[in-house]
Amino acid sequence: MNRCMKFISGAHMATDALLEIRGLDLRYGSSHVLHGVDLNLGDRPLGILGRNGMGKTSLCNTILGLHPNSAGTIRFDGVDLSGLAPEKRASMGIGYVPQGRRVFRSLTVEEHLKIVARKGGAWTIDRVYETFPRLKERRRNLGNALSGGEQQMLAIGRALLLNPRLMVLDEPTEGLAPAIVSDVVKLIELIAQEGIAVLLVEQNLHAALASVKDVAIMVGGEVVERMTAQALEEDTAMQKRHLGLEPGQAG
Amino acid sequence: MTLFLIVTLNGLTLAALYFLAASGFSLIFGLMRTVNMAHGALLLLGGYVGYSVVDLTGSWALGVMGGGVAAALAGALVQFGVLGWMQGDELRQTLASIAISIIMADLMLWYWGGITYQVELPEALAGGQRLPVLGVGYANIRLALMGFALVAGIALWLLIQKTRFGAVIRAGVDDQDMLRALGYPINRIFVLVFALGGLLAGMAGVVAASALSIAPGTDLQFLLSSLVVVIVGGMGSIGGAALGALLVGLAEQYGLAYAPTYGVVFTFAIMVLVLAVRPQGLLGKAEQ
Repeated sequence: MNRCMKFISGAHMATDALLEIRGLDLRYGSSHVLHGVDLNLGDRPLGILGRNGMGKTSLCNTILGLHPNSAGTIRFDGVDLSGLAPEKRASMGIGYVPQGRRVFRSLTVEEHLKIVARKGGAWTIDRVYETFPRLKERRRNLGNALSGGEQQMLAIGRALLLNPRLMVLDEPTEGLAPAIVSDVVKLIELIAQEGIAVLLVEQNLHAALASVKDVAIMVGGEVVERMTAQALEEDTAMQKRHLGLEPGQAG
Repeated sequence: MTLFLIVTLNGLTLAALYFLAASGFSLIFGLMRTVNMAHGALLLLGGYVGYSVVDLTGSWALGVMGGGVAAALAGALVQFGVLGWMQGDELRQTLASIAISIIMADLMLWYWGGITYQVELPEALAGGQRLPVLGVGYANIRLALMGFALVAGIALWLLIQKTRFGAVIRAGVDDQDMLRALGYPINRIFVLVFALGGLLAGMAGVVAASALSIAPGTDLQFLLSSLVVVIVGGMGSIGGAALGALLVGLAEQYGLAYAPTYGVVFTFAIMVLVLAVRPQGLLGKAEQ
């Protein structure tokens, strides 16, 4: 399992990482989804790239505790998360914006925010409405009556109300119009400026490169490369090899 | 005409009871995917406790509350002590809840015996009256039962639709994992919802013991009707439980009055029809 690549990527890992993943294994019945994933995340927003089915979403779900990992450890702010329920991890400060957005179809926009809002945090319902004026206009609409872009704003807004220290975003630009994609990119920058650590899973290479500083590439349930976003942007051979992109293709 | 009116009123009475019994069952089913086969036992427990409280204190209202609270505590205990440990394993939960229902039924048989109980009615609810417009006489307690179901239904609807706790329950029905990822300790919510379901079932038991009567076997009768009501109306929906209860209650009584031989088939014909045309139930939401 220990490839030389991991030693190299391990060499420049910060020791004071907010999120520290070591040798993470996930099995689903007979399929082995994650193979000893090692990953550190600190202040610099990190993008996780890879083709479909490489274990990116499974990694997110495992970080949140929605799938129990078979081996390995996840430490968040120095605390071992093993055996902790998802709700515990959320209240420790991990916000989750899941793939497909997963807004509640029978809750209004306002109810989505109300059930998450706590007193005394940096993010309040009013602040979410200020950041997303569109949500305020649609506050009485049900989750499934919203457009894809609005659902994405809501998914991000409700995660922000947890006042997280780490935000895990799983393909937030999936299925959105190009104009909305650039809104989401700006939003991820804003989240990072708030001092919230960002773990962004993306299929859209350009959106990812625009919103994060570092990238890790997953192939077959392992992290095989870790580099700066800029380095990946310039390395079209790497893009082609691991992401299946021809130079200049949007992804 | 008089027969039709009386049969309709009987159908509505039965529907009111079925609604009280099934609404809690439906909430639990919708939120946790748990088929709580002990729901009928909770109802019977509530009925017995209500009878004993009325016997002891002479107050019918206290009896209804006592029956409700006893069944709520028992429901919370079932979830906290047994079913909560097998969350996500619906088959095992279902089997365990069947075991619990058999154990509860035997314990109740041991304590209250095998006789039929009817709760003594307060003076205001005893007797009957001639209904204006319709021109037929009907028992006060049955009219009160319909009113009680209506009030309980509206209160439940307000709780689910207008309060924060209700929003959390709806969110849990929609997407349990997402609710957990937003910091909600789902197990505590499950225990609360089980208590709420038990409360409704327990009160239904006391009311059933007042308007009709209860005996060993009443638990299974109401469990079966709750299952049918939830399948017809759609799980996790209060409106669905009301609609399902109305259809089943009326079908049962019309069947009994106009086609006694085939009466029992009506209920199941409705169920089969709904399953064929709208498997998620009339007011249920399709799985995403």
